Amino acid sequence: MAVTDLHTTLNAKGLRRDERAERWRLFGLSSPALLLVLIILVIPVGWLFYVSFIGADGNFSLENYERMIKRKSYSRIFITTFQVSLLTTGLCILIGYPLAYFMSQLPTRWANLCLVTVLLPFWTSLLVRTYAWLVLLQKQGLVNQWAISIGLWDEPLKFVHNMTGTLIGMVHIMLPFLILPVYGAMRSIDGDYLKAASNLGASPRRAFWTVFFPLSTPGLFAGSLMVFVLCLGFFVTPAVLGGGRVIMVSMKIVSNIELFVNWGAASALGVVLLVMTVFILWIASRFLKLEQMTGGGH
Amino acid sequence: MLNWLKSPASETQVTHGQRLWLYAFSGIIMVLLVLPTLVVIPMSFSDSQYLEFPPETWSLRWYRHYFGSDEWMLATLTSVKTAVLTMLVATPIGVLAAYALHASKLPYVRAAFVLLITPMMVPVVLIAIGAFYAYVKLQILYTITGLVLAHTLLAIPLVVIVTGSALKGYDMNQENAARSLGAPRWKAFVTITLPQIRFAVVTSMVLSFLASFDEVVIAMFISGGDNPTLTRNMFNALRDQIDPTIAAISTIMILVTTLMMILASLFGRGKS
Repeated sequence: MAVTDLHTTLNAKGLRRDERAERWRLFGLSSPALLLVLIILVIPVGWLFYVSFIGADGNFSLENYERMIKRKSYSRIFITTFQVSLLTTGLCILIGYPLAYFMSQLPTRWANLCLVTVLLPFWTSLLVRTYAWLVLLQKQGLVNQWAISIGLWDEPLKFVHNMTGTLIGMVHIMLPFLILPVYGAMRSIDGDYLKAASNLGASPRRAFWTVFFPLSTPGLFAGSLMVFVLCLGFFVTPAVLGGGRVIMVSMKIVSNIELFVNWGAASALGVVLLVMTVFILWIASRFLKLEQMTGGGH
Repeated sequence: MLNWLKSPASETQVTHGQRLWLYAFSGIIMVLLVLPTLVVIPMSFSDSQYLEFPPETWSLRWYRHYFGSDEWMLATLTSVKTAVLTMLVATPIGVLAAYALHASKLPYVRAAFVLLITPMMVPVVLIAIGAFYAYVKLQILYTITGLVLAHTLLAIPLVVIVTGSALKGYDMNQENAARSLGAPRWKAFVTITLPQIRFAVVTSMVLSFLASFDEVVIAMFISGGDNPTLTRNMFNALRDQIDPTIAAISTIMILVTTLMMILASLFGRGKS
């Protein structure tokens, strides 16, 4: 009796050990991907961190960060970056929320069709879309031509190479990132809640604001966050549509390296940008599941 | 029509009439989402130096210019090579990682997942200058190898997320059944699991291809010399002037990506 007991425990231990080894072997399958992220991303970014604390004389110093605080041009760049990101996020909410709501009210088949129109821009190249806006909005562009021909305004208005153009282009590119999570959240809202609200005498408006809207906020929050964080580090669209008049942090990083070969200044800007991004994502991760933010649920 | 306007549109008895503004608004926005990119297509067939819509005289002038230019052809070749290789590298690595995270129930899985999706969270400019630095050390600056590695980095989060969510909806007991009948683990995966998550795998491939083909900022730093990418050249051309050649290239790109999406969705159909 005692001997069989011993055997079972030994067996159980052995099995547990085997299982652990098996799990580690399985886990090891992720090593090529992890290694790549480590070599091409983690180590170089760690090096940027280090470089940002090296002064012009090659010793440890905070001069790169001091310059950022002292120089007006740098604080202006940060203000512009936040301005553009906030405005883009706000506009995306104002435009995307009603559209997502509209889609969530349609039968699935029609909603899927609308979803294609939202996703279509996703499949077209970022550069192509930016180029398209440049063409449409320029002085002799379609928008000005048509508006003048129907008498909306007399002189061609300036839409590109300024803030307006940048915002138009960015909202167009960011909109799907907002709509998808919002739409997902809205689809999962149980219609019975709304029926109950209206049976109890709530007006449609009241039912919407007290029942539907609060239930959709996790999706709205996730989408807005995604848009905001993506905007902070955006480069292509503001560089082309801003025409050098809207300077964001990422553009300053590039010009610091391409024009001035100043790695210290570029790295310090990069570190601040990264810290801001991580901080925002960290705050958000306390309220949201990671999978929600990455859209993994859909 | 009047009846329809007065009929209830939702559980809260709001009528279609009261919602007309929403329908109009949504319609306009959807048109604005799609139309701007499509306008480029007719413009690319113009004979003029300037972009016109609609073109006064039609011609293939800008297409001839694109296909006749060694510079553009070289860049296109680099981009296509890089994108195909990225797809071939990122998909297996990413699927393997997603499977590893799903099947091994170790406590480190969450940390590994976070690490694998960081390329999505880190501003792309930082990845670009980081890769530039790493490539100078590794001596692979301006090579296709370097481009493929960096683009694979960008594609991995997409593959891991898409394949990972497909695995979540898949019943691993099927694989266990195959294994209890004597199939080795890899065989069980290849013959039982893989066919069932194939739509996710195909989607991952398409996404990896597009992520690479479309990438601008990293390519600005680490492509050049004999291997500039198409997007790098396009971006440089865009900064200087509005060249109708880009309308022609854009049209071809729209065509190629649309074709890929259609092929992917055809392939993914069938059982699922």
